[in-house]
Amino acid sequence: MTGKPKLYYFDGRGKMESIRWLLAAAGIEFEEEFLETREQYEKLLQDGALLFQQVPMVEINGMKMVQTRAILSYIAAKYNLYGKDLKERALIDMYVEGTTDLMGMIITFDFTPPKQRNLALIIERATTRYFPVYEKALKQHGQEFLVGSQFSWADVQLLEAILMVEEREPTVLSKFPLLQAFKARMSNIPTIKKFLQPGSPRKPRPDDQYVATVMEVLKKD
Amino acid sequence: MTGKPKLYYFDGRGKMESIRWLLAAAGIEFEEEFLETREQYEKLLQDGALLFQQVPMVEINGMKMVQTRAILSYIAAKYNLYGKDLKERALIDMYVEGTTDLMMLIITYPFLSAKDKEKQLSVIIDKATKRYFPVYEKILKDHGQDFLVGNQFSWADVQLLEAILMVEEKKSSVLSQFPQLQAFKARISNIPTIKKFLEPGSQRKPIPDDKYIETVKRVLQMSF
Repeated sequence: MTGKPKLYYFDGRGKMESIRWLLAAAGIEFEEEFLETREQYEKLLQDGALLFQQVPMVEINGMKMVQTRAILSYIAAKYNLYGKDLKERALIDMYVEGTTDLMGMIITFDFTPPKQRNLALIIERATTRYFPVYEKALKQHGQEFLVGSQFSWADVQLLEAILMVEEREPTVLSKFPLLQAFKARMSNIPTIKKFLQPGSPRKPRPDDQYVATVMEVLKKD
Repeated sequence: MTGKPKLYYFDGRGKMESIRWLLAAAGIEFEEEFLETREQYEKLLQDGALLFQQVPMVEINGMKMVQTRAILSYIAAKYNLYGKDLKERALIDMYVEGTTDLMMLIITYPFLSAKDKEKQLSVIIDKATKRYFPVYEKILKDHGQDFLVGNQFSWADVQLLEAILMVEEKKSSVLSQFPQLQAFKARISNIPTIKKFLEPGSQRKPIPDDKYIETVKRVLQMSF
């Protein structure tokens, strides 16, 4: 037992990636157990380790936590990335729900049959629904971070979302100068910079092998 | 200006219903503005009132809050329904995510084709009785307390009752193998604020009907 959080998921991004980002941003080292076979998953189920039979699951501070949002909220609160009061927390929650919705579209994209994929919709949502909100927030207060002059979960998740969309459309920030500056600034924060370097626990873009593993382990058609 | 929270949504359950439940459980009176026309929605958009162009939106304590979960978390924290410490909050968050997932299957149901509805109904009952209800039944059995978390009424209890009633509307006998949940349902229904919300004339909304579906599709210009 190392006392470090331990992440149970596939060897890939999916819903666990936001948790990896947040732990890394907070400077918290963690271990991972990768689900590669159906048997591993069934053992976790039999051991009663997955409250609703699902992953992500994170062993942290004596708890076996499930449900991505619950895990992220806990980490944010525990490691001081949730603002200084309830109103800041409300703002962070709103901003994070927005980036979660955007990233959710990309997570689903890779599991959608190629004929039904709609990258154009993702880019449209990014550039007309989500990025303008964060661009405006940064413009209005002129500060370095989204909420309360202080680095928070909202900043981590926005950077994650920006990079994910840029992977699909490299010019997506062309009309968002403040987001470009934000991206550069956040990427330079030491814990984040380290996470962005090769050899970190950050996972690469999903490939066919990853999709096949997930479908096999969860026995989805 | 009354100082009461004001809810902007359709005149029906959808994603706003959990917010109505939680405010009611906390004993907080609220006002509602119902979206009935496309023009109303477009006005809200033009006024910049909807951060991500979506409802639910709730005006509360000087903020125009959007995103259901953010709104619910804020209400729970503000009105002391979020446990006494971070670990209890983590438990409440986990339990609430579970009931949210279950209720989402029911919220999307009215918008499905007749054929898909039949399939979805089996999924709802299957998930309720095999994935979700057993978890809450076990929690109550293991600690033997009245409430899910920390021996204290919380957001997790409100949402579990809401989910139970929603599933029962689809299959009235669904709690037959869950004696703890039956007792829980009776107990929580008798809490004065909840009892009041369950009475006719409260702001609780009925099961979605065709008129509600048609209104949502028209106002949001949904293509299906």
